[in-house]
Amino acid sequence: MAIQQVVNTEPVSLEPSRPASHSDSWGGTRASSGARLIGARPARRRVWRNRASAFLIISAIVLTLIPVALILFQIALKGASTMGWTFLTQSLPFSVTKAGGGFVNGLIGTAIMVGLATIVSIPLGILGAVYLVEYGKKNWLATLIRFFSDVMTGVPSIFVGVFVYTALVVRFGYGAVIGAAALALIMMPIIIRSSEEMLKLVPLELKDASYALGAAKWQTITKVILPSAAPGITTGAMLAVARAAGETAPLIMTALGSIQLVTKLTGSPISSLTLLILNGARAPYEAAQARAWAGALELLVIVLVFTIVARVFASRSRLSR
Amino acid sequence: MNPDTSLGNAPVFAVKDLDVHYGSSLALKGVSMEIHPRRITAIIGPSGCGKSTLIRCFNRMNELIPGARVSGEILYHGENIYAPGVDPVMVRRRIGMVFQRPNPFPKSIYENVAFGAKINGYKGDMDELVERSLRRAALWDEVKNELKKSALDLSGGQQQRLCIARAIAVEPDVILMDEPASALDPIATVRIEDLMQELKKDYSIIIVTHNMQQAARVSDETAFLYTEVDEKTSARWGIMVEFGETSNIFTKPTDKRTEDYVSGRFG
Amino acid sequence: MRSVPSLSPSRTSSTGSWKRKGVGRRADSLFAILAGVCGTLVLIALAYMVFSTTRTALPVFRSEGISFVTGSNWDPNTDHYQILPLIFGTIVTSIIALIVAVPMSVGVALFLTEYAPKRLRTPVEYAVDLLAAVPSVVYGLWGLLVVLPFFLRPISNFVSKYLGFIPIFSGPSTGLSYFAAGIILSIMITPIITSLCREVFKSVPSADRHAAFALGATRWEMIKEAVLPRSRGGVVGATMLGLGRALGETIVVALLIGSSPVINASIFKPGSSIAGAIANGWGEATGLQTSALVGAGVVLFAITIAINMIARGIVWRFNRS
Repeated sequence: MAIQQVVNTEPVSLEPSRPASHSDSWGGTRASSGARLIGARPARRRVWRNRASAFLIISAIVLTLIPVALILFQIALKGASTMGWTFLTQSLPFSVTKAGGGFVNGLIGTAIMVGLATIVSIPLGILGAVYLVEYGKKNWLATLIRFFSDVMTGVPSIFVGVFVYTALVVRFGYGAVIGAAALALIMMPIIIRSSEEMLKLVPLELKDASYALGAAKWQTITKVILPSAAPGITTGAMLAVARAAGETAPLIMTALGSIQLVTKLTGSPISSLTLLILNGARAPYEAAQARAWAGALELLVIVLVFTIVARVFASRSRLSR
Repeated sequence: MNPDTSLGNAPVFAVKDLDVHYGSSLALKGVSMEIHPRRITAIIGPSGCGKSTLIRCFNRMNELIPGARVSGEILYHGENIYAPGVDPVMVRRRIGMVFQRPNPFPKSIYENVAFGAKINGYKGDMDELVERSLRRAALWDEVKNELKKSALDLSGGQQQRLCIARAIAVEPDVILMDEPASALDPIATVRIEDLMQELKKDYSIIIVTHNMQQAARVSDETAFLYTEVDEKTSARWGIMVEFGETSNIFTKPTDKRTEDYVSGRFG
Repeated sequence: MRSVPSLSPSRTSSTGSWKRKGVGRRADSLFAILAGVCGTLVLIALAYMVFSTTRTALPVFRSEGISFVTGSNWDPNTDHYQILPLIFGTIVTSIIALIVAVPMSVGVALFLTEYAPKRLRTPVEYAVDLLAAVPSVVYGLWGLLVVLPFFLRPISNFVSKYLGFIPIFSGPSTGLSYFAAGIILSIMITPIITSLCREVFKSVPSADRHAAFALGATRWEMIKEAVLPRSRGGVVGATMLGLGRALGETIVVALLIGSSPVINASIFKPGSSIAGAIANGWGEATGLQTSALVGAGVVLFAITIAINMIARGIVWRFNRS
């Protein structure tokens, strides 16, 4: 190991208590040559390198944490001035250049689409994970599903939107259900993989106990395994929901966006909180940008609440194990 | 599903020439024995000789391990549980099992005991069934006011008695116990052993134990398993060396290997 | 697999008491099939994704041939669609993001595994996780309205003033540029790279660290000799996964890269990216132009999938060693 070279560098500065009677290649650093420990330091160059690297690493942390603080702080600041009951409950004003109004159409749209996507992707995802852990295990089908679920988590979300456009919008037009379909495609691989990890943690002894009592496989899964893994699965699901609520790109070509408050599930374009923020960010008008900030604050609060609750859930369930 | 008391002394189980393979390796070879009603039968032997494998054959739990294969017969009240067309789920409903480490479900005490009955479609008075089972497992007095409490809050010994109550609740006539006290402290162990003597009145019990003294204290009949080795391939498998009344096994064993084991010459 | 005797329904005889009641028996097989189908849905979705988008993009692939990806002529008036500038912009912004994010992420990961006292670890981890939870549209809004005018534009102007003789730094900068998009992207991909690097560094056994210390190494020397050499594969894998994420990011790049249809040599000039062009151009596209956007999406999909699969291969091989 190169440690040897490192240790062999320049002589150590010692207290001048004993002249080195003979020079050895350790430069008097060995204990037997009578050098004292108190005040002994490694070579200056090494010390300097150590301090410099520590400094760089600390600055990496600081530089990384600064954006965190800045984002939270500025969104809170800029968003708070426009935020209010009006904002939360009203739609965009007739003329976008004017101040006032709100993003409620986006809020409703996000709620509908994320809700629909959740209803579909969570049961399907959990059952898929059940297949991977309880039935497929290591067979070729399970390995394939795992691999491609991982691949799918890396697919750009805009491509998912493009796909849903080619598959559904050409036939059915824009709508909330279409947008929800895109979101569900994004959520499902996440839920499958995180649920799989949680199901794997259920101890074998619990399953043994259930089978020994004469439970069938499906009974063991639904009455013992899934309830045991439920806290962890819920965490994964909440994180997936937070992710879906924050998606913009796939909704551009599936929900399209709308300035009106829409509650229809199909056949009419619908907006989302994210789409409205995007439009506001691009608009050259003060008022529109102010609304975008408030929208960002609203979205951030929603996403952070889900994320933090999910994590608290996760740590609490680990404790009770 | 009441314990069948009309059996008299006909064996509950008759094991005939049982072989167990895990994948391509042999684990148990040529085991033959009988389990008699309302008696405690102990299975003893050095570690790794296949005691757990054997006891898990009685309720077809070995099949949960991928690659496990059983040949031979085990007759339960005269019917071969390994006959084609026999559903292992139904086998397990008649035969209860308690494991080495207590494994209550992360549910309430009540839910644990009621679990087996619920999945079997029990239509009677559940409260009464739970109380009866907990009484028989000598746990009722300690938990009767806290049935909704989580089973995980109980001590190790209490959890094991809860597992026994849970197994009893489906009214089996045999209880299999795979080293039921090895994870418990000595006081809890004594309670389990006393409980076994009580349970013996209504159930036939098979117990695996690595503790010879426990086997001698508790059981009526004992089976001694030992490992055979093939010198050429160094494959190992378990065989039954001797089976009989516990007092004979421990004082007048007929096989030298049995004698060496019970006198502590190897463990 | 288990050797379970078949559940033959026709046997009556004395083994009748051992048959499961009809419903119970069928329930097990039904449940197994249901779970298997749910798992396979992922594969079906992915396959359909590739199929449907490629089919929609075929017209433009046919009319352009290979010049779709090698040419720079994007002209709706003559129905010519070539996306090389988009590919260029996607890659350049991602590389800029990596150059900034990787050292930062490695630094943060090292801090968390080697330097941080236990009590600091959790809050810092939480803070980095927070970065991951912020939706991309919020990053875009903040980047466009705050970071760009107050930080990025001054920096670009400064650098291009003094280093402008180097082609990639030449100005003047209009604000929206590869550089701007790249910097905000770097903040976004830092959490992913950090968490993966942390796993990698954590997997170095403490015995190795202690061996280095026992030989008298300073902390930095220990990291350099004991931790980093063993982590190379994992860090590379983490970098590539971050790259995959950066390539697919839409909103931030769409807002910050400008929309120049040509390839620009300087990072301070505007450009365009595949995802950004799709997002920005979707509203007005029709016919062959839509095909072209879908086709660009397919190219993006191919690039990100390739990068992700290589990354996972590297990480998998690293984990095995």
